[in-house]
Amino acid sequence: MAKTAPPTGLSVRFKQPRPIALDLAFSVAPGEILALVGPSGSGKSTTLRAIAGLYAPANGSILCNGTVWFDSRLRVDLPARARRVGMVFQSYALFPHLTALENVMEALGDLPAGERCDRARALLSGMHLDGLEERKPAALSGGQQQRVAVARALARRPSVLLLDEPFSAVDRVTRRRLRRELIELRRELSMPVILVTHDLDDVIRLADRMCLLSGGKILQTGSVEEVMARPANATVAELLDLVYEEARPAANARRG
Amino acid sequence: MDWEALWLSLRLGGLTVLLLIPLAIAFGRFLALRSFFGRAVAEAVVALPLVLPPTVLGFYLLVAFGSDSWIGRTYDRFIGQPLVFSFEGLLLASIIVNVPFAVQPIQRAFESIPADLRDAAATCGMSWWRMLHRIELPLAWPGILTGMVLTFAHTLGEFGVVLMVGGNIPGETRTVAIAIYDRVQAFDDQAAGRMAALLLLVSLVAIALSYALSQRIGRRHG
Repeated sequence: MAKTAPPTGLSVRFKQPRPIALDLAFSVAPGEILALVGPSGSGKSTTLRAIAGLYAPANGSILCNGTVWFDSRLRVDLPARARRVGMVFQSYALFPHLTALENVMEALGDLPAGERCDRARALLSGMHLDGLEERKPAALSGGQQQRVAVARALARRPSVLLLDEPFSAVDRVTRRRLRRELIELRRELSMPVILVTHDLDDVIRLADRMCLLSGGKILQTGSVEEVMARPANATVAELLDLVYEEARPAANARRG
Repeated sequence: MDWEALWLSLRLGGLTVLLLIPLAIAFGRFLALRSFFGRAVAEAVVALPLVLPPTVLGFYLLVAFGSDSWIGRTYDRFIGQPLVFSFEGLLLASIIVNVPFAVQPIQRAFESIPADLRDAAATCGMSWWRMLHRIELPLAWPGILTGMVLTFAHTLGEFGVVLMVGGNIPGETRTVAIAIYDRVQAFDDQAAGRMAALLLLVSLVAIALSYALSQRIGRRHG
């Protein structure tokens, strides 16, 4: 665990006993994809929400590119809208009454009104959504909705990109295609990316490093290969198995 | 047909909607989003006018607005006329009586907006006002419209409270509902019948409209 904060990128440190136990610290470099992996209830989604500013832990700090986003001791807590985060929600959380284009435009509030539309079109086009700009979310497939959500998350030119189980709501084929698109996309991404997942396939294909979480604590951090090949202890090995088991019924259900 | 009473009823209904709905949006949203100590009590107070006999409610309002009360005295001092048996007093009573009809559908509408959407709006950098008028109000709109329709229709039909607080003063407090009673007392069944039919029609349309809208809100979020 890095003690000194890097000048760029994101460093996070949270500590609280309850209501959701958290005791962790990690850093993510620009352009790096860090996967937070763990069974349900391990605190990974809470960690993501805390980084986004949607949840304030009792103790801790968030430092992004040298700016303090959150520090319990200094009583700094920037609201979510003041942090430059792009977040893709598990349910995508697209605004149901707005078109795909309007959904993206809502995240472009700091651009002059005249430029928003063109910029939103370019973002949607970048996600292969040409021709679907005027559709509302209900008229889009799961995969298309996910791409609108990614376009919306990237619209603010975020300093950090947060992905909360981004592939859990689509079928296996779409999942594979979206994963491939994200691998292509990441070449253009220069910000730290945090991916919350409980699918080890996502981790293997997308992440540079992973943190294995349990009960709000990081059990092991390292490159994906390292953690997989050399679990630090029996608990880590068991958890990797457990995570894999948790992901499998869902995969089986999708297959069936 | 007592046109003066009809006009008074429409004016009372319209003004009640106009003044009550912004308050109901603020309070309904608050009840939907915040959990606080005494929340159950607050919700019970909101619902109270639904179960209280109108005469009981009317009696308490009469006491509260009367010249012996703090409200009545303050009003009299600043406006120069008593609050009871006046249109303004009737309007205030009407707002209080309609609180559940306005607040409850609006509260349900705000509750039905997924929490994720507010989080997404925040991470999109939207300000509180922008989130309210671009996301929350459009999504809660069917519930707000239901609250407006129910409030309007209920104001048109309210009898007990109006009689207690407003009495039966033509052009000041005599609503259609009171005029019907007045005509029946005078054995003018024809006029009473016409006005009753009108109220029946308005109520039916209002309820049908509110059911249609609550189905729409269910579909939109389903």
